[in-house]
Amino acid sequence: MTAEVEAAVADAFHAEWGRVVATLVRLTGDWDLAEECAQDAFATALERWPGDGIPRRPGAWLTTVARNRAVDRVRRARVGASKEQAIATVAPQPEPGEPGESDLGEDEVPDDRLRLMFTCCHPALSFEAQVALTLRTLAGMTTTDIARAFLVPEATMAQRLVRAKRKIRHAGIPFAVPPAHQLVERTAAVLAVLYLLFNEGYSASSGADLVRRGLTTEAIRLGRILCTLMPDEPEALGLLALMLFHDARSAARVDSAGDIVVLSEQDRSLFDGAAIAEGHERLAGALRLGHPGPFQVQAAIAACHVGAPDEKDWDEIAMLYDRLYEMSPSAVVALNRAVAVSMAEGPGAGLALLELIAPNGLPDYHLLPAARGDMLRRLGRRSEAAEAYREAHDLAGTDAERRYLERRRREASA
Amino acid sequence: MRYLLLIAGNESQMQSATAEQGEAMTNEYAEFGKTMAERGVLQGGERLRFTSDATTVRVRNGEVLATDGPFAETKEQLGGYYVVECKDLDEAIEVASKIPGARTGSIEVRPIWEM
Repeated sequence: MTAEVEAAVADAFHAEWGRVVATLVRLTGDWDLAEECAQDAFATALERWPGDGIPRRPGAWLTTVARNRAVDRVRRARVGASKEQAIATVAPQPEPGEPGESDLGEDEVPDDRLRLMFTCCHPALSFEAQVALTLRTLAGMTTTDIARAFLVPEATMAQRLVRAKRKIRHAGIPFAVPPAHQLVERTAAVLAVLYLLFNEGYSASSGADLVRRGLTTEAIRLGRILCTLMPDEPEALGLLALMLFHDARSAARVDSAGDIVVLSEQDRSLFDGAAIAEGHERLAGALRLGHPGPFQVQAAIAACHVGAPDEKDWDEIAMLYDRLYEMSPSAVVALNRAVAVSMAEGPGAGLALLELIAPNGLPDYHLLPAARGDMLRRLGRRSEAAEAYREAHDLAGTDAERRYLERRRREASA
Repeated sequence: MRYLLLIAGNESQMQSATAEQGEAMTNEYAEFGKTMAERGVLQGGERLRFTSDATTVRVRNGEVLATDGPFAETKEQLGGYYVVECKDLDEAIEVASKIPGARTGSIEVRPIWEM
């Protein structure tokens, strides 16, 4: 029973934390109070659900408890009768001892979490603050874990959150979905935060740092929420599909020794079929909306990579990279495009495109010499390949990558 | 909420502007002031003389020290300001983006510390 209750509270935490905080922020306008009351509500659930049973609507129960706690606190703090009244009028007191299944549905505005997302990702906050706030208030991650995930001291992360919340208050950053004329760029800001979260987690070596790996799960979870709240936003669907396709391959990316397995050698039986199926569904939904964007194109490319190897169409992938380059002409896209062309038309063609990337376009980016090494190896220019692999090795950031590149270098030198 | 919108720009460019350019800019500011006053957000605002006309005052050990020039040498100089009353930061940003100087310089949006 206890284990069952604990699991129910854990499920409710993932499903409802953001909603409870968002509703409390709307009602009280006080971010710290909202978080504390949400925390209290989950603690109360752990105490009461074993005896009272798991409520039929855990989210409504938790929101009611959190809201009552907010009323109590405001009353005790005697901040002012007007504020207390404001909360009290929207917070009907449930009967004592009765799990609050009161009529919460109506005044629980469905947009609260969306408002919270836009506020957390407001451009008046630094990108770092946006990321930290999103994890704390929407995903319910602890400050300790956020600090560990971003490799900064806990005090630094706590300070970052305090400053961000203070700026929201002092500068009057609204708790609102932006008006239509700002929606496109502001949505892009939300998507950028989610994609950063995903990449931070995805680039962490599995097992070595479980907190960081957890960021991919949070990013996907928040991505799903965003798609529910903005069903007509094709780039939100595109980003979710992209994350799902990448995540589907996570078990196959690294072998049991922690070494990197390149895409062409990954064991497809380890791919997550459910994630791939959801990715296809989300991408199809995005494309039906008829407004292509960079995340949708990247998702389409990622979809090609999870498909059967004998069906892989490198011409199509190269073409998709062409589109992506038109939308966002960055050196990284140019590099990936060159790799796709090298597979579609041969290593010579790919190498020619690599030469066009200005050397200062991607300074210190190990994947540029790594790609050059691969193309030179396929052209049989072994000593040049070994040299490129050595250059990539010296720039690589993780041990797993260095081991992989060292292996490649030795093969080329042999 | 009240905000101070500080207009910063490159003074030397303004000084080298032709008479027509100067007049065009004055007209644009007049238009902006009219629109925002009608909308009810504008509480005040002024254009400032160039920093070459600025004097910086400090009191040290009871002694008044007045020196020539602004308090900081920067690439862009404070050239004017508005005080606006807005619903929230998003409205203040929208108002700031319509100040003519936003297209060539920058606008710093500072919430007013209400006492």
